[in-house]
Amino acid sequence: MGSESDFLVQFKNVQKSYDGVHLVVKDFNVDMVKGEFLTMLGPSGSGKTTCLMMLAGFETATNGQIILDGQSINNVAPHKRDIGMVFQNYALFPHMTVAENLAFPLRVRKMGQSEVTDKVNRALKMVRLDTFANRRPAQLSGGQQQRVAVARALVFEPKLVLMDEPLGALDKNLREEMQYEIKHIHEDLGVTMLYVTHDQVEALTMSDRIAVFDDGIVQQLASPQSLYEQPCNAFVANFIGENNRLMGKVLSVSGDTCSVELQGGGGTVQAKKVNVGQVGDATTLSLRPERVLVNPAQGSCANLVNATVEELIYHGDHTRTRVSISGSSDFIIKVPNTHNQQHMKKGEAIRIGWDTDDCRALDA
Amino acid sequence: MANTYSKVGEMTTNDGVPLKVSLRRSQRKLKLWAFLLVAPLLVFILVSFIIPVVNMTLRGVENPQVINIMPNVVAELENWQGTQLPDEAVYAALVTDLTMGRKNKNIGKVATRLNYERSGMRRVITGSARKASKLKEGPYKEQMIKINKAWADVGVWSLIKRESGAFTSSYMISAVDRKTNDAGEIVAKIEDKQIYVNLFGKTLLMSFSITIICIVLAFPIAYLLATLPLAKSNLLMILVLLPFWTSLLVRTTTWIVLLQSQGVVNDLLVWMHIIDEDGRLQMIYNQTGTIIAMTHILLPFMVLPLYSVMKTIPPSYMRAALSLGANPVTAFIKVYIPMTVSGIGAGSLLVFILSIGYYITPALVGGQSGLLISNMIAYHMQNSLNWGLAGALGFILLVIVMLFYALFNKVIGIDKMKMG
Repeated sequence: MGSESDFLVQFKNVQKSYDGVHLVVKDFNVDMVKGEFLTMLGPSGSGKTTCLMMLAGFETATNGQIILDGQSINNVAPHKRDIGMVFQNYALFPHMTVAENLAFPLRVRKMGQSEVTDKVNRALKMVRLDTFANRRPAQLSGGQQQRVAVARALVFEPKLVLMDEPLGALDKNLREEMQYEIKHIHEDLGVTMLYVTHDQVEALTMSDRIAVFDDGIVQQLASPQSLYEQPCNAFVANFIGENNRLMGKVLSVSGDTCSVELQGGGGTVQAKKVNVGQVGDATTLSLRPERVLVNPAQGSCANLVNATVEELIYHGDHTRTRVSISGSSDFIIKVPNTHNQQHMKKGEAIRIGWDTDDCRALDA
Repeated sequence: MANTYSKVGEMTTNDGVPLKVSLRRSQRKLKLWAFLLVAPLLVFILVSFIIPVVNMTLRGVENPQVINIMPNVVAELENWQGTQLPDEAVYAALVTDLTMGRKNKNIGKVATRLNYERSGMRRVITGSARKASKLKEGPYKEQMIKINKAWADVGVWSLIKRESGAFTSSYMISAVDRKTNDAGEIVAKIEDKQIYVNLFGKTLLMSFSITIICIVLAFPIAYLLATLPLAKSNLLMILVLLPFWTSLLVRTTTWIVLLQSQGVVNDLLVWMHIIDEDGRLQMIYNQTGTIIAMTHILLPFMVLPLYSVMKTIPPSYMRAALSLGANPVTAFIKVYIPMTVSGIGAGSLLVFILSIGYYITPALVGGQSGLLISNMIAYHMQNSLNWGLAGALGFILLVIVMLFYALFNKVIGIDKMKMG
């Protein structure tokens, strides 16, 4: 992170309430660096879209400061903010052709005809739709409309582009394709993007940093990798990727590890101390399914626990194995389909193990 | 599989039946059902709408009086050249027909019919019929001319010959302020009698004004309705629909109470010293009254289609326009209004066509200057009993409405319209 002047967008203690009783956004603080791709990820109703709308100017912050390019924009009208926006329903103007849609932001800026044509053509080329200039939005497929919407938000070279769940209406294949396309546009143009989604895969694929929202608060703001591998609380661990949870009680703490007695009589395990109180407090252990080993060699794992195979689901490259452990029966292990992999049977008693570092002790 | 293609290009089912036949067979029952479901409505429309319309239109061209009641004269006039007075045979036929008509008490119909074309003819026919029945023997020519000089007028005979067909164009000609002169040419009526074309023009102009006023008034209301929270918009919707649920007569008379020269509005203006006692405004029993009352009555027909279109426009369109740098006014004009065109079109079509044919309100509050063409049609139906002219005027009105419908269809497209 650089100095104050490198920040394009700053939210400072932003709060938002619609009814004067409940806070939708409780205390939002974020600094966006120029050229960054930041994603706000969270379940619906977590306040992420509200933050985006406040930045775009369609909602006013109840308290706090929003700073764009060094200037407070709390009282700047939306059309003077110079922020491009892509909407979930694309909001392409149905009575204008694709080219007219793209020319709209340039014409309202009173740009000359030749410059408009030039920029529109370049933007259409960027999203590979140069042959569709004279079509109406209704004559385009969902993916093409999406690309027009992106081009329209970029054509007037705004400081910042906001995207509000722009891929929500597309089917899975198209969505993945568009994720890469938007990512490449971001890399090629170096434009700063703020992206809102509730799809964690999308967030992990595209972002430089992700702000995980829940209940009006940013739970964690970090790079995709550290979010997945070092979640700082139980919500983030659960929300990002697949996660096994084991409930327990802290028995002792030594350095950055602690020993935890599992609920349900599974014995005592060692875990990395991340977000726990003192000895005696309840804790949630978070463990990724792919970090669990089945019948590991003696001495290779710090933790070994007895388990029973409940269900085997064949996934091709791996087998999803559901086992019961310490009284809970929804513990998932991803067993990779390697050639020397032993075959388990339903009801079989096995031993599973994991590294202390992979098992994170979080808030209860 | 071998018999799936019996001939080149013609698909068959596995049983060898042509696919189209099989498809038709399988859909026959559904089609019959569909037809039976709409049949009651079809019969209702046929009996209560199509038949009366055709009937009234036919009255505008039918001409049964002269040919049925004066058959002998019509037969004798067939070979008449029309340049000089007809010969004795025609006069003899005239006496026969007049006597017969008087006996059957239907000569009055001929008198009325011919009087439409040439005033004074009623007296000529009834008077001549009374006296002709007393004539004993011929030659009749001299005697008839002696009874009434009109029988020495070639023009009268031309008129009778012209109106001797089973169908006539004279009602239509009259409905556009024209008439046929003695020479058989179609010429304009004298200026005092030219009323219908002007009235059609005034009807169109007033309908147009009412439509424009409705658009201007309805647009903000519909916008509010579409954007307010549900609880408030429901209340507003009730206010919009309230006039719908009130009797038309009550609404119209309320305007009389409000607008008459000793009415509420004038009293208020006088009380506020905006006008003085002598300067009371005449706002009713004229065009102003008609326009105000009809705008009020037709406003919901504009609000509802507009509302139904605006409700489907998500706020993101305006937001997109703003985020792209358009100021709110530009965004509204360039983005929002074009997206409501289908609603404006539907509302305008409804209001315009309804007001072109509106009758009761102008009749109550229109006075002399606020009358519309439908009031004139009603006058000919009820007072002058000239149903032929009423039919012709009604037919012209129907054609105008259809022309406007076609125009709307061409400009906006009926399929794109949302009727609410």
